[in-house]
Amino acid sequence: MQLTLWTYEGPPHVGAMRVATGMRDLHYVLHSPQGDTYADLLFTMIERKNTRPPVTYTSFQARDLGSDTAQLFKDAVRNAYERFQPQAMLVGASCTAELIQDDPGGLAHALALPIPVVALELPSYQKKENWGAAETFYQLVRNLVPTTRVERVEGAAPSCNILGPTALGFRHRDDLKEIRGLLAQIGVEVNVVAPLGASPHDLTRLGQADFNVLLYPETGHSACAWLQRTLGQPHTRTVPIGVQATRAFIAEVAGLAGIAPQEALARVDASASHSPWYSASVDANYLTGKRVFVFGDATHAIAAARFASQELGFQIVGLGTYGREFARDIREAANGYGVEPLICDDYLEVEAAITAAAPELVLGTQMERHIAKRLGLPCAVISAPVHVQDFPARYAPQMGFEGANVLFDTWVQPLMMGLEEHLLHMFKGDFEFHEDAAPSHLPRNNPTPAAVIPEPAPAPVEAPAPLTATATAVAAEAPAAPAMPAPGVAPIVVARWAPDAERELGKIPFFVRGKARRNTERFALDQGVATITIETLYDAKAHFSR
Amino acid sequence: MNAAVIPIHADTGCTDTEILRERGQREVFCGLTGIIWLHRKIQDAFFLVVGSRTCAHLVQSAAGVMIFAEPRFATAIIDERDLAGLADANEELDKVVSRLLQRRPDIKLLFLVGSCPSEVIKLDLSRAAQRLSQQHGAVKVLNYSGSGIETTFTQGEDACLAALVPQLAPAQDDQPSLLIVGALADVVEDQFRRLLAGMGITRVDFLPARRAGSMPAVGPQTRMLLAQPFLAETARLLEARGAQRVAAPFPLGVEGSAAWLLAAADAMGVPQDIALQAMAPARARAEAALAVHRRQLAGKRIFFFPDSQLELPLARFLAREMGMQLTEVGTPYLHRQHLAAELAWLPAGTVLSEGQDVDRQLDRCRAANPDLVVCGLGLANPLEAEGYTTKWSIELVFSPIQGFEQAADLAGLFSRPLHRRQLLAA
Repeated sequence: MQLTLWTYEGPPHVGAMRVATGMRDLHYVLHSPQGDTYADLLFTMIERKNTRPPVTYTSFQARDLGSDTAQLFKDAVRNAYERFQPQAMLVGASCTAELIQDDPGGLAHALALPIPVVALELPSYQKKENWGAAETFYQLVRNLVPTTRVERVEGAAPSCNILGPTALGFRHRDDLKEIRGLLAQIGVEVNVVAPLGASPHDLTRLGQADFNVLLYPETGHSACAWLQRTLGQPHTRTVPIGVQATRAFIAEVAGLAGIAPQEALARVDASASHSPWYSASVDANYLTGKRVFVFGDATHAIAAARFASQELGFQIVGLGTYGREFARDIREAANGYGVEPLICDDYLEVEAAITAAAPELVLGTQMERHIAKRLGLPCAVISAPVHVQDFPARYAPQMGFEGANVLFDTWVQPLMMGLEEHLLHMFKGDFEFHEDAAPSHLPRNNPTPAAVIPEPAPAPVEAPAPLTATATAVAAEAPAAPAMPAPGVAPIVVARWAPDAERELGKIPFFVRGKARRNTERFALDQGVATITIETLYDAKAHFSR
Repeated sequence: MNAAVIPIHADTGCTDTEILRERGQREVFCGLTGIIWLHRKIQDAFFLVVGSRTCAHLVQSAAGVMIFAEPRFATAIIDERDLAGLADANEELDKVVSRLLQRRPDIKLLFLVGSCPSEVIKLDLSRAAQRLSQQHGAVKVLNYSGSGIETTFTQGEDACLAALVPQLAPAQDDQPSLLIVGALADVVEDQFRRLLAGMGITRVDFLPARRAGSMPAVGPQTRMLLAQPFLAETARLLEARGAQRVAAPFPLGVEGSAAWLLAAADAMGVPQDIALQAMAPARARAEAALAVHRRQLAGKRIFFFPDSQLELPLARFLAREMGMQLTEVGTPYLHRQHLAAELAWLPAGTVLSEGQDVDRQLDRCRAANPDLVVCGLGLANPLEAEGYTTKWSIELVFSPIQGFEQAADLAGLFSRPLHRRQLLAA
């Protein structure tokens, strides 16, 4: 038994629902107790879909337990077929129905419906949502795709399938648009996109493409591997997140399509690719070496770490994923950055790892957003699970050149916000910027006691006043890192701070304060100092500046 | 003149109406969802669901962002090792509980909440609760089922409160006291306490209390007044301990709140004129506040999908006080005795349905073509996309809607979507 407050992934049947809901003319009958329909609202509320997911639930109750549930299931399948007239059906069990051991596949086949019925075996007590999506898509492909490859007609344009996008996928809608645009520019035709937007009939045409573009390994890899084994269709390995990855992707696609990579790159319009220049511009200097912690599904986490380190000049101080299926890739990538890989689906452990790494920016999921909020750290969302605001109305891909523009804005913005917020915080006790001060550009025609300029406030002990002049001077060239509130910085170290040393620490500009605290504590530990004094603080500073 | 013999028809509303009972796919929450508001009400209680990843995912989806504020609920996820043998599962549960209580030493009451998987594998949570109560002396451990196979949405609260009833102390004295049953928002609870005090009724307790240590006593002098319509099992167990149920409609709207308070007054021996006087200012305020919503709602046709068992009292309020026309009023479960007053007040001819076959009910809804549909979040956006105006029903459980001061807020929940549709169409 595992104590869980938060889960990064739902059960595997939710993954199956993501495939079914992404497709057209497919219906899923799920053997499940009353209440499992809660999953519908993920699609109707978070993704704001305007139709019900194509899922029928048997809704069995306690009084049905016994032989009755099998009949209930058969009735549900028959009624769903008659009502929805799908081209194919999926049948399967949710976690509770798995325990009562009716056989959805066998029961459905006994009905001898005139359409393909694909039975899903989704082990709910071992596997999770992404695995469920991948397995469902794989079973559909395996059951519906003819095993003969259709060779390209002489003179026809090269073509590919785009595989992996699903319902409830993080930015799948816009990534797809971006990638379609790129492929069109290279001169590669798109045969079928699946699961998103495809019908079971469309799946039967998968063999007509020359190769597959695998956008999301988490959901599409099993199907791509089968298509490669069975039809000899190769698939792409590069996930085009970031400018460099996009260029590598174009070259890879060109190779698979039989086009010279240089020619393909020349065909692509990169004039709207702004992130390389933005990142090179002097304004972005302060991003250099910014400590960033990355967590998410493996695909997005690895891509984010690459973009952060190679295209923004950040330093990766943590890299992890909740998806065990791609743990090996994360380990490999983490080794490249010299950090410990974190493979874990316990958000308390993730929180501990973030606290220990003391990053200046967190890139993660919805959970990391809340962890970062609690720790007072800037954060941007790079991966599912996400909440409703990350299914935006505006165009917001992660992939391709526009995707890189979006990443630049999305990741840098919380840092700018962090700088703003902390400048304001820092000047709170300042004679001009205190919180009751009237706007300086407005005449004071109605002076109130609050508008009277107070004396510069003496530094309160618990909230040290900043050395304004120094702070401003340094702020001009300074990286924007928020100071972490003291409780957020987990003391890894036993050394105690003497009150005057703590006050002195408070005089250090906020954007280096966290680092100074860390360094001093590490120094104290190394030197066996039990109480950190002002002397220790400056000894440590001298030590680390060497 | 033979006026004296003109028969007087007692309008019995829907008392004898035949109810459409359906069975099929149910688009409803399971009882686990009750945790979301119960944990806010009992401030030192923790709810540990023993279930699958699905259960954890459900609670997380229903709790929205609330889950991050170090919530007092969690899931012990059963995995394949637990399924191998029951003894092992009990040991595992003990470990999880120990870890949990170490982390949260402030917890005084721990509910082990049963789920579909834990019930199907017949994990005996009541024995586990007894065992754990002994192991952790300072913490009382109780259990109830919030599974989908046994409970629908608000029935989770019924099961939880029913688990508390055997724990309540026996009432010591022979003075009558009033026990209001059902979790109410703190602000509503305080209003009722003030109104009752104004009538001279101060011997009032609420179940659940805000803290585990201050749960009310119960005995033959207890006058039990239900604040919620979904408390069948809790009421039955309280009656078994001698409490006498006070029959009343539910305190929704001005009329419902007044009748509910009058029933309390009557049960506690307070003369009607004193009770009416005590509630007069609040009642007048509420009536005035309702007028604006009545203009928006009067004459509009409304359809209720089943969700919380609040549907009948809500429909009664909207029909009688807001002038709405009822098409179908669906409820997951209809307790005829507890809802007798509501049934009598519903307009005769209202179509009532119990249970659900969602596709067929959607067909009926489309055929009725109502102006407003009350339904869950799984149906709301799809129906909006078809051109219907909807009011999502969960909000009716999470918002303070009972009593005079909330009557207009309650009406506002229904008038807002209609108003919004007008605004966007303009």
